Amino acid sequence: MSEKMGNFEVQPGKKTAFFTDSTTCIGCKACEVACKEWNGLEADGYNFSGFSYDNTVGLGASTWRHVKFVEDTPIPGLGGNSPDHNSWEFSSDVCKHCEVAGCLEACPTGALVRTEFGGVFLQPDICNGCAYCVISCPFGVVQKNEEDGRAFKCTFCTDRQKVGLEPACAKACPTQSIQFGVLETMEEKAADRLAVLQDRGMADAQIYNPTHTSVKGIHALFLIRGEPETYNLPPNPEVPTIYLRDGWKSAARDGFLLLAGVAAAFMAARSGRKDGIHV
Amino acid sequence: MSETQMLIEQLVDQREEHLLEIRREAELTGQVKSPGVRPEGSPFPIASPQTGYYQQPLLKEPQWTQLIPFYFFVGGAAGSLGVIGSLADVLGDEKRLAEQARWLAFGGSVLSGALLVTDLGRSSRFLNMLRVFKPQSTMSMGSWILSGFSVFASISSAADAMDALWGANLLSHLLRGMGRFGSVIFGMPFHNYTGVLLATTAMPVWNARANSLPGHFGMSGLQSGVSILELMGHEDNRALNLLGVLSASMETWEKIDISKSNARALLPLKHGGSGVLVSTGAWLSGPVPLLFRIGSVFLPERSVALRRLAACAGIVGSLFTRYGWVQAGKSSARDWRLALEIEAPKEVAMPTTAKRSTGRVIAKAAGAICVLATAFFVLRRKF
Ligand code: SF4
Repeated sequence: MSEKMGNFEVQPGKKTAFFTDSTTCIGCKACEVACKEWNGLEADGYNFSGFSYDNTVGLGASTWRHVKFVEDTPIPGLGGNSPDHNSWEFSSDVCKHCEVAGCLEACPTGALVRTEFGGVFLQPDICNGCAYCVISCPFGVVQKNEEDGRAFKCTFCTDRQKVGLEPACAKACPTQSIQFGVLETMEEKAADRLAVLQDRGMADAQIYNPTHTSVKGIHALFLIRGEPETYNLPPNPEVPTIYLRDGWKSAARDGFLLLAGVAAAFMAARSGRKDGIHV
Repeated sequence: MSETQMLIEQLVDQREEHLLEIRREAELTGQVKSPGVRPEGSPFPIASPQTGYYQQPLLKEPQWTQLIPFYFFVGGAAGSLGVIGSLADVLGDEKRLAEQARWLAFGGSVLSGALLVTDLGRSSRFLNMLRVFKPQSTMSMGSWILSGFSVFASISSAADAMDALWGANLLSHLLRGMGRFGSVIFGMPFHNYTGVLLATTAMPVWNARANSLPGHFGMSGLQSGVSILELMGHEDNRALNLLGVLSASMETWEKIDISKSNARALLPLKHGGSGVLVSTGAWLSGPVPLLFRIGSVFLPERSVALRRLAACAGIVGSLFTRYGWVQAGKSSARDWRLALEIEAPKEVAMPTTAKRSTGRVIAKAAGAICVLATAFFVLRRKF
């Protein structure tokens, strides 16, 4: 066990998680920058998205944290919004580190692994760039870097966690919108925060954690206001392995049809030839 | 007029009114204290349960190169030819045809590997696929299936080569038996697993057809395998025509089944560029060869020409099918509503204009001309 360096205590056997609270996020993008710094990722360039103030647009091969700028209709009296202006909610998006992860299941090389902290880690030295994880993630997180030829995504700062440091994004967040810790603690924190907000009359606040689907829950909880669709979060994400049974069944049916077809056709043609039928 | 448009007009009116108020205020008091107007472009786009996150797609598009759909074509044909090559001689007494099929299967497996390696960029990378055996990863299973098929197809061809060089001997006999068995066992999944590969992903149009896409791809593979053999001089082989009729009927059935469904996820199969590719592919691998093949039975003196035409249609149709489906996956990922389960307005869910789009008109005209020209040539001339 490495020496403890930071304030975050690694507890053997305990899974960790992010809890991202959109009601305290100020959209400063410190997390995006910290992530890029720590992981040595490329800058996004000076792109102009043309919608809202979000020019990062989405997660990708070199963007592992992405602050969403959710502009909504005015909601007077809540969150300090004036009645004249759209309300803003910011939410820092990240790989969800699914309990059952589409990318991990799909990976043919074993490059994607589950870490001791419960996160999903992509080993770049093993990834061969088949890009199958890219289309297997129900959240559209992983992306292949076309120049490099391999896929990349959030590492859950496994390297930092190993030495007792919290992930770079959580550390850099000035408002504690991104909190990090043991999964159960984060779940409690999220529930407490939700209760506080609902007490204040914020009836549309909710926790996003799709435990009801085949994803079976995520290691990056989000507290959002309104419907998940507004935040580009799928209401019912599914791990693509649920289609395996149907797919292979169809393949088996067709395989036997091929076998039986070829056998029958050549046998029929042979006996036809004996009877003098040549067409 | 849509709701947003009405809202915009209302806001424009309000803004213009407000500008007049500011002018009045300036005229009367000599200074303006009231706040200004909203800038051009208001209201700004809003993220909402109806528009999602500014209509930004959630899912990432497939990042395969154009070699991959071609690999699907080659693999489908090679797998089917492996099975044909292993059975045609024992069951059908077709020695020459079987040997050609085996050589084609071997060549196809080598080409398949080459295509995959080129897509990955570095040849050493393919070996990483063989680090693990993962039934839940179709990509992993596919790598093993391809590898297994390649091994047995090479064994078969090695036996054939030994026969040609030194005459039949015990070793070549043994090898042929092994190759025969392995090519059938691996040929069956190799000719259709690529359908499973697409079906077990998050792309809505692909996984929506999980229970028929592998069969669809498999029959497409059989069709192209049969067609290639026919064009190599077996256009009078009755067994191949039977197999051609089988695959063309299955492809026709698939085409009908897809057009019957109103599922929104299947829209890329019917509209846009991918729609043109897929439906052209469906016509050319289903009804068209079916017609020609049945016609060849009833018009013995035109049989060879009809069979050749059916074979050409089958090969082109299979290629179109593969490229069309991969393209459809891309369109499907771009449809931001699907993953968020947002219901589409009627004009998006049922695009009526698409029926009259230039692409479709061109495709239909081209199809009609092809069929007419074919009929003309077949009925008028001797090939
Ligand atoms: S969100 Fe996507 S990339 Fe992250 S663990 Fe889940 S499936 Fe993998």
